[in-house]
Amino acid sequence: MAYLELNNVHKTYIEGGEEVLSNINLSIEEGEFVAIVGFTGSGKTTLVNLINGLLEPTRGEVLFKGQPVVGTSHERGVIFQNYSLLPWLTVEQNVLMAVKEAFPKKSKAELKSIVADYVDMVKLTPAINKRPKELSGGMRQRVAVARALAMKPEMIIMDEPLGALDALTRGDLQDEILNIWGKDKRTALLITNDVDEGIYMADRIIPLRPGPKATLGPEFKIDLERPRDKTEMNDNPSYKKTRNAIIEYLMDIGNERKAEALTPIELPDLAPKSFVGQL
Amino acid sequence: MKQSITLGKVSKFMGLGFLSTLKNLFTGKLSKEDFRAFLRKTIVPIASILLFLGIWHMGAKALYNVEADFKINKALEERGQAAADEEAACIASGDSTCQPNSLPSPAQVWGSFKSLLRDHGIISADKAAFKEKTAALNAKRVAKGEEPIVYTGRPSFVDQIIRSLKTVFAGFLLALFIAVPLGIFIGLSPTLKAAFNWFIQIFKPVSPVVWYLLVFMIVKTLLIDSSEDSSFTISFISVGLCSMWATLVNTAMGVSSVDKDYINVAKVLKLGTFQKIFKVILPSSLPLIFTGLKITLSVAWMVLIAIELLAQSPGLGLFVWEEFQNGANDSNAKIIVAMFVIGIIGFLLDRLMLFIQNSVSFVKTDAI
Ligand SMILES: Nc1ncnc2c1ncn2[C@@H]1O[C@H](COP(=O)(O)OP(=O)(O)O)[C@@H](O)[C@H]1O
Ligand SMILES: [Mg+2]
Repeated sequence: MAYLELNNVHKTYIEGGEEVLSNINLSIEEGEFVAIVGFTGSGKTTLVNLINGLLEPTRGEVLFKGQPVVGTSHERGVIFQNYSLLPWLTVEQNVLMAVKEAFPKKSKAELKSIVADYVDMVKLTPAINKRPKELSGGMRQRVAVARALAMKPEMIIMDEPLGALDALTRGDLQDEILNIWGKDKRTALLITNDVDEGIYMADRIIPLRPGPKATLGPEFKIDLERPRDKTEMNDNPSYKKTRNAIIEYLMDIGNERKAEALTPIELPDLAPKSFVGQL
Repeated sequence: MKQSITLGKVSKFMGLGFLSTLKNLFTGKLSKEDFRAFLRKTIVPIASILLFLGIWHMGAKALYNVEADFKINKALEERGQAAADEEAACIASGDSTCQPNSLPSPAQVWGSFKSLLRDHGIISADKAAFKEKTAALNAKRVAKGEEPIVYTGRPSFVDQIIRSLKTVFAGFLLALFIAVPLGIFIGLSPTLKAAFNWFIQIFKPVSPVVWYLLVFMIVKTLLIDSSEDSSFTISFISVGLCSMWATLVNTAMGVSSVDKDYINVAKVLKLGTFQKIFKVILPSSLPLIFTGLKITLSVAWMVLIAIELLAQSPGLGLFVWEEFQNGANDSNAKIIVAMFVIGIIGFLLDRLMLFIQNSVSFVKTDAI
């Protein structure tokens, strides 16, 4: 039995409306780092929220350690797509709020020292008393990372955590996240729209075919030694092959999507929906 | 140096940014780019005030002439040429018994303002003397368990302003303590919202006069045994009930429209209800709550005048009404003084709220 399992999951937001996710099957083993790549609007956030317990599947089941997911849990830490820091709290207060909930029995001093450790880990100690609006996008995202990790979740779920950052900051934070994940071998699920990020960080990459009725595509295994080195990776033939395969696959679904948009109405028999289901 | 920075900050905070521009002018720190801003922020308002006073003065003069001509003509028609000449002479002499009574000029209003202050000086001196005179006697009376003798003389203009402020603050606090908690509950629960919606929609537009009458009916019965003057109680409750609706509606709206992201954070962290309300929902609705409170305070101040008048509760409202009834030759000027005092205090109250809002809330709101 896998650590996290999604069996035939369907999700509709509006009753009787179109399915956003359709027949999703996914299983993640303990300690694995899995990346899901997909276009914007394909249903990635929806998928993440089904796993972290903010949403319930319309049909099918989501199992975490063999138990159906009911609501959120401290075992599954979440890094949201848009940071979601509370703007009226300082960096320290934002992290402290999470830590307090995760470790209700610890004393105030212990909690504060945990907060200090994690804020230090994301290199924000100088900004610990600042409020989110005084921070850059990269710094905010670091706070969000610290907040999620300080709760010491067994599984980290990240929804495009680095999407809004510049390339340099992005690289930095990728390494920080990998570091933490490697340290106590937690399970990680990363949602991203950047194939290179997926390849650099994950053990497996699974494309999400664009919705409505989004389904998961075939998985791509990344057999690269860790720790990985970005410059070395570029010369690795197996890396090149995987990267090309994934990009080709994504371009194909991209073209399909375009074709779908361009399909003239008088040719309904070309509607690609029917063969989307077969892939 | 440090102090000047603080002044700039504080005045900007209170929406009185022009103060720092004015200060820069005197300290000679004004740069050329600032000059246009200075013109706009200082010279333009001053010019418009002067223009306003000018128009007012001319208007008052024109009205005065209309009234004077009417008086002279009336004397001519009723009592002949001699009486008319006498009337004209009397008016020209400035004798207060025959002055035309119309819109007072700015100068007359300023004169009344000074005379009201003088009057206040006299009354306070009177009060102090009374206190001194009765100090020994009152100490004895208190020792014997009797009520001390209190000053029962006429209140001064300043006393009335203070009394009005007390009424409005009591009313405002009542509104705050009813509307904010109720608004939170309504915002949190769709059921309560459905239950209260008709209630809010019906009572929100009810006029201050009707609120006063309603409160009067109830309080009069409740305090039937008490010999104390209930006008203060009645007026502050009416003010509170009249003005609380904006806060109620805004609080409910703020609480029910908290950003979905923050709610998701609360869920993922598994915050308890108490934490969720106080750490997430309330801070996020604070700007809207304050917008409501600001409206409440200005409505409270506005309806206060009418309610004091109805309740015969001492204060600016009663002052205006009594002066109007009084019809003395400086009554009109006193009414205009009261109008300005009411307006200026209303403005200051608004700025005070803005100051409090900016010091407790994470979003800074600019003055209009
Ligand atoms: N709360 C919601 N109610 C209705 N539709 C939604 C809701 N959230 C997302 N959707 C729809 O579901 C689809 C997938 O959205 P989302 O999961 O946010 O995509 P992604 O994260 O990949 O950009 C979009 O078409 C979006 O309009
Ligand atoms: Mg998304």
